[in-house]
Amino acid sequence: MKRMGENGYVKQSFVQDTETLRLSSVNELKELRSILFETLDENKPRLVICAGTACHASGSNGIIRIVKKYILEKRLADKVALRITGCHGFCEMGPFILTEPQQAFYVQVGLGDVPRIVEALLSDKYVEDLLYRDPATGEKYYSRDDIPFFKHQQRSILGLNEKIDPIRIYDYIAQGGYSVLEEVFSKQNADWIVQQVKRSGLRGRGGAGFPTGLKWEMLAKQSGDQGKFLVCNADEGDPGAYMDRSVLEGNPHSIIEGMIIGAYGTRATEGIVYVRNEYPLAVKHLKIALKQAQELGLLGDNILGTGFSFDIKIVIGAGAFVCGEETALIRSIEGKSGEPRQRPPFPVQKGVDGKPTVINNVETWANIPLIFKSGADKFATVGTENNTGTKIFSLVGKIKNTGLVEVPMGITVKEIVYDIGGGASGKAELKAVQTGGPSGGCIPANMFDVSVDYESLAEVGSIMGSGGMIVMDENTCMVDIARYFMNFLKNESCGKCFACRKGTQRMYEILDDISNGKGTLEHLDLLKELAEVVKDTTMCGLGQTASNPVLSTLRYFTDEYIEHIEKKHCPAGVCKALITYSINENCVGCQACIRVCPEGAITGEKKQRHVIDAAKCIKCGACRSVCKVEAVDVV
Amino acid sequence: MKAENDDLLQEFTSEQIAELDGVIEKHKGEPGALIPVLEEAQMALGYLPVPVQKRVAGGLKLPLSRVYGVVTFYSLFTMTPRGKHTCRICLGTACYVRGGKKIAETLEKELGIKEGETTEDRMFTYESVRCLGACGLAPVVVIDEDVHGRVKAAKIKEILSEYD
Repeated sequence: MKRMGENGYVKQSFVQDTETLRLSSVNELKELRSILFETLDENKPRLVICAGTACHASGSNGIIRIVKKYILEKRLADKVALRITGCHGFCEMGPFILTEPQQAFYVQVGLGDVPRIVEALLSDKYVEDLLYRDPATGEKYYSRDDIPFFKHQQRSILGLNEKIDPIRIYDYIAQGGYSVLEEVFSKQNADWIVQQVKRSGLRGRGGAGFPTGLKWEMLAKQSGDQGKFLVCNADEGDPGAYMDRSVLEGNPHSIIEGMIIGAYGTRATEGIVYVRNEYPLAVKHLKIALKQAQELGLLGDNILGTGFSFDIKIVIGAGAFVCGEETALIRSIEGKSGEPRQRPPFPVQKGVDGKPTVINNVETWANIPLIFKSGADKFATVGTENNTGTKIFSLVGKIKNTGLVEVPMGITVKEIVYDIGGGASGKAELKAVQTGGPSGGCIPANMFDVSVDYESLAEVGSIMGSGGMIVMDENTCMVDIARYFMNFLKNESCGKCFACRKGTQRMYEILDDISNGKGTLEHLDLLKELAEVVKDTTMCGLGQTASNPVLSTLRYFTDEYIEHIEKKHCPAGVCKALITYSINENCVGCQACIRVCPEGAITGEKKQRHVIDAAKCIKCGACRSVCKVEAVDVV
Repeated sequence: MKAENDDLLQEFTSEQIAELDGVIEKHKGEPGALIPVLEEAQMALGYLPVPVQKRVAGGLKLPLSRVYGVVTFYSLFTMTPRGKHTCRICLGTACYVRGGKKIAETLEKELGIKEGETTEDRMFTYESVRCLGACGLAPVVVIDEDVHGRVKAAKIKEILSEYD
């Protein structure tokens, strides 16, 4: 092997044995990129397959296996390539195959479809019957970018996922990854970095929206004698939200690059990624990425020969929602129970092991390389004045196009739900969108014109949160949803503050009573009072926002509460104690419901209208889910 | 010490105990070692009863109360033995609004146990999780590593029967 730093070293070790390659200067990184760029044959026909968690669950691994086998058996390796990537966002349609350069998007692909797709790609044709069709209009799309779900997005972060195999650092570098380090290291100006982040207007994507640059500036000012920490918060605990997981799984190097830039700007010495135990694939990809970056000389001592040292380690959480709160997360990293503590001192003064610490969310870190690539001013042109850049939402629930969507800040809820999401998934009308997870609130359908930014969402009683967006329709009961969130929060309350520990429990009990038909109108006043007390007298973010599900449903859906209390009726047909199942005259007597009823509560001859015995019925809804003629009523 | 060992030997083999000691030894002295030790210990032993916690406390030179506090705080750790299969229902919001609650009730009925419990024959441990990030497939039930998406209550029996 040639001596480090000598001319031609990168090329030689790259061609001969990539394992030994260790970059020792910024120029060598540039050289490696230009070599990789040359080898990047973008016109070669390529199948792109997502192997993220959701697609994996719908069988993408089998598809990948068959594709590999087919390419091998037919000796097509010279003609067609395969890229296995992280999440593209359109999880509803998995497993899918995207072809390059055609951009054909084949959805819900079966194992037997593989040969047809490969052959069509080779002759630049399309497999018409597998192309994505709009479920409403039946319109067929030949190019992925024309599909409404993708067309209305601005995928600055998620778009990279499909270009990169997350376990190959060379893929990332070839796409311009780690190029920001070249500028950062050659400028040798930490303050410049912090100023750029401030200029970009980036605000924390974890939920609170604190300006990232300001946080960094405070950390930069702290004395670094004892060392300083940068933490990536990947404890994505909101149920129904998974954007952070997708970025970690699909593009772990973007987080690492962001953290290196942050460390250089704030003179931090150690990095930690705190990731949920429930995300095994994200942990796996991150571990591989860290090892690759360390071996290549992008992490560790004397990065790229600049004399600057910084390394990152992974800490795996053990399952506690409250650990998403900064001070609780710090205690968890220290190996203690994740109970929040009083601030000040703020983490930036006393964080992990008592040392100055900045904690940023996954998506925030993924934005950092983008700021420097496009320039802070250009970054700030996306979105609105005080809400710059894009935000990823996980659009789920009663919506046609479930998945991850990335949009510029300031877009309206309506655009997200209808233009991108395609509207309601069923026949029922949409009723509300819940944002911000358990600490968030509901936005009723008549307010869907609200702009999605930190301030506007707060005004209507919700929050941006980390980006969960759960769509609810007329079949969703708002009392039940409030009860669901309160159950979650009472279970996840750490118990340190009395008001949160008992308050969430009492609110849950009251909501439970109402949904069981035991509610009174006085309960509503009591709920409000409790909610205010919990909000005012608890210490951490979890407690202070724990009342939101109650307050926001009460604010917009009081009628539903009152109907539960006065008429003992659940309009959505969800609250079991308040509903009965019956069979109407639509019944054709097919006996499908009789076969699925676990209690034998349904009787009836073939071709005769069936009857449900209310005494035996456990209201499981099995009959309703199998009935093809909508003959099962819930009132 | 001997009495403690006897407690451990009642539930675990001497190989498992040696593995536990190895885990403790590996992380000894690291800052924040307790949670990784407990995670690995649970992977090796399946669950963390008090005798195991005592061993960990002794090994890491921490008070037992601290170990017990951490074990009972985090939902990942369990103090009761687990079934051969772990059946997890996702009750994240997306699964919930798409009928997860009904699936949960059916599962409880089929298995005859409540959330967090293990069937008497130690075949299934049943628990609920917040979100598996497979919201596109809601509602979701995960048995061991297999993800069952768009589950219907009527299919639960059939799904469970695949495991023995």
